[in-house]
Amino acid sequence: MGRTIIEKIWDNHIIYEFDGWHGLYVDLHFIHEVTSPQAFEGLELANRKVRRPDLTVATVDHNVPTTPNHSPITDPIAEKQIKSLYKNTEKWGILFFDINSPYQGIVHVIGPELGITQPGMVIVCGDSHTSTHGALGAMAFGIGTSEVELVLSTQTIKLKKPKTMEVRFEGKLSKGVYSKDVILALIGKIGVGGANGYAVEYTGNFITDLSIEGRLTICNMSIEAGARVGIISPDEKTFEYLEGKPFAPKGKEWEKALSYWETLKSDPQAKYNKVVTMNVSNLEPMVTWGTNPSQVQPITGRIPYLHEIEDEFLRNSAKKALNYMGLEEGIKITDIPINVVFIGSCTNARIEDLREAAKVIKGKKVHPKVRAMVVPGSTQVKLQAEKEGLDKIFKDSGFEWRESGCSMCLGMNPDVLAPGQRCASTSNRNFENRQGKGGRTHLVSPAMAAAAAIAGKFIDVREIL
Amino acid sequence: MKGITIYKGKATYIDRADIDTDQIMPKQFLKRIEKTGFGQYVFYEWRYLKDGSPNMEFELNKYPNSTILITGPNFGCGSSREHAVWGLKEYGFRVVISPSFADIFYFNAVENMLLPCTVTHDNVKLLIQKVKEKGEYYLTVDLPNQLIYDDENIKISFIIDQESKDRLIKGWDSIDLVLRFEDKISEYEKNRPSFFPTTQNFQYTK
Repeated sequence: MGRTIIEKIWDNHIIYEFDGWHGLYVDLHFIHEVTSPQAFEGLELANRKVRRPDLTVATVDHNVPTTPNHSPITDPIAEKQIKSLYKNTEKWGILFFDINSPYQGIVHVIGPELGITQPGMVIVCGDSHTSTHGALGAMAFGIGTSEVELVLSTQTIKLKKPKTMEVRFEGKLSKGVYSKDVILALIGKIGVGGANGYAVEYTGNFITDLSIEGRLTICNMSIEAGARVGIISPDEKTFEYLEGKPFAPKGKEWEKALSYWETLKSDPQAKYNKVVTMNVSNLEPMVTWGTNPSQVQPITGRIPYLHEIEDEFLRNSAKKALNYMGLEEGIKITDIPINVVFIGSCTNARIEDLREAAKVIKGKKVHPKVRAMVVPGSTQVKLQAEKEGLDKIFKDSGFEWRESGCSMCLGMNPDVLAPGQRCASTSNRNFENRQGKGGRTHLVSPAMAAAAAIAGKFIDVREIL
Repeated sequence: MKGITIYKGKATYIDRADIDTDQIMPKQFLKRIEKTGFGQYVFYEWRYLKDGSPNMEFELNKYPNSTILITGPNFGCGSSREHAVWGLKEYGFRVVISPSFADIFYFNAVENMLLPCTVTHDNVKLLIQKVKEKGEYYLTVDLPNQLIYDDENIKISFIIDQESKDRLIKGWDSIDLVLRFEDKISEYEKNRPSFFPTTQNFQYTK
């Protein structure tokens, strides 16, 4: 019987076992300013050491301002968190892509971009969107702060072996429909807890045909269905993407790595605990209407009537969501006006995302009632976009062009929605108050966000492409 | 830390599915570098009205000083923030009862001695009904026997994995547990593939 890539990586990393738990070696640990301070504090209080500073990488993303040169930092507490990251990385000799580094960026954007995310690795970070790195064939997942402390001191993580789920995407997207729409449609189908307890592998001809950046978007949102791990078996596209990246192996080591990576893909006879299949050929652009990502409809659809929702707990959640969102049951998605557009986040702020949005916006103007901003996923993405002149396209149409960071995805820096503002956002979570107290979030693809910026409401981007 | 065996406390509920950690601990309160001080902010946006006064419609305020929380399925989904668990603990919660928990939340809870009890949908509905009827409703949670009972005739069983159960009873920290395997970790490190990246030789240019 064959093994899945999840089982192969798992088996290669087991160090200890007890009571059904496995200790896995961690090949790479990303840390950032928000979930690491308490872990370093705990470590020091217990007189423990950072075991492998050379397998730990730090950056600042969650609370940094996105105004020019990432300054000024007006929030004294944010400043305290950033300072403690400087102090901790210096004390332990941890590589830190700080606020002035050309490699600074959202942790899940810089890992792949630097090529330090590689197939077959176990990667963790105190951030649930760590599943993103699975797009390159790594087993990557988010951890809590106690686990950050455990990894700092032992370089291992203690886990229950997850069940495996294959999500098989077949078919070909029509123009104007993107990987973001695919993952939103999946979450709409299986629910926000639909993959709890599972590690998900995405397969099928749609995935094979998809670019690495599209795959990163898919894996990124695995956690929104409850899966800590989302992974894609590495293939030629993966190897091509990595070759020549700053941390990619070179020369003989590249050859060795390549022959190892080629052994990782799931065996054809491998069995999964669960299989979900979805044909993407007829998918439409998707828009969330509620306060979790499973509350989603196609652009030509309407918000469901509450009586159509059978489960009592889900109906209660939907009722509260509509109340929070200030929306009526049964209305058409295209009747929802918006006043803010946010193109950014670890989900959709890589170069391909910015190119798609720029294609839509080029030569057009942002609706006068809309505030629109682009926050590139990393400083490298920003520089590349500027090289291609995308910044000019955005600025000419009325978008703000910002420095990189998590920004309005979670509103820990000054980029927040005002109460009642309604945002078309390319991020990953439409939770209550996430983008700002009283703010209302609708998750969409970058192209749909750009289209909404022009129209001041949701429109079908396929009609203007 | 002190372990848990039998615990009795007052119950409250939130009868919704998919309560995410952004609601349990809103992001504006994540900006601390300590593990303490989060209790006052738990469910902040639901607990308080716009003018800062308590929202008396919200169940945590309706049933004050509760230490057992009963909720709909997939509790603690979304962000990995452990601050959610620190806040729940500091507020006073010792036990959360739900049909299911999000994975990261579950790990964080056990790590901080917050007992996650998985019970059936129907039993959650039953317990919520009881809180509504009684107002002051006390439950006893017996971890060794995996039972939840009240002072009358309710007695239901709950599910918890064996390792979490043992650790909660003994009050162990997982670093203590893992450091026993120090030799194995060192042994493993000797045989890791040479091409896996390290930051050692990275030339950092500003």
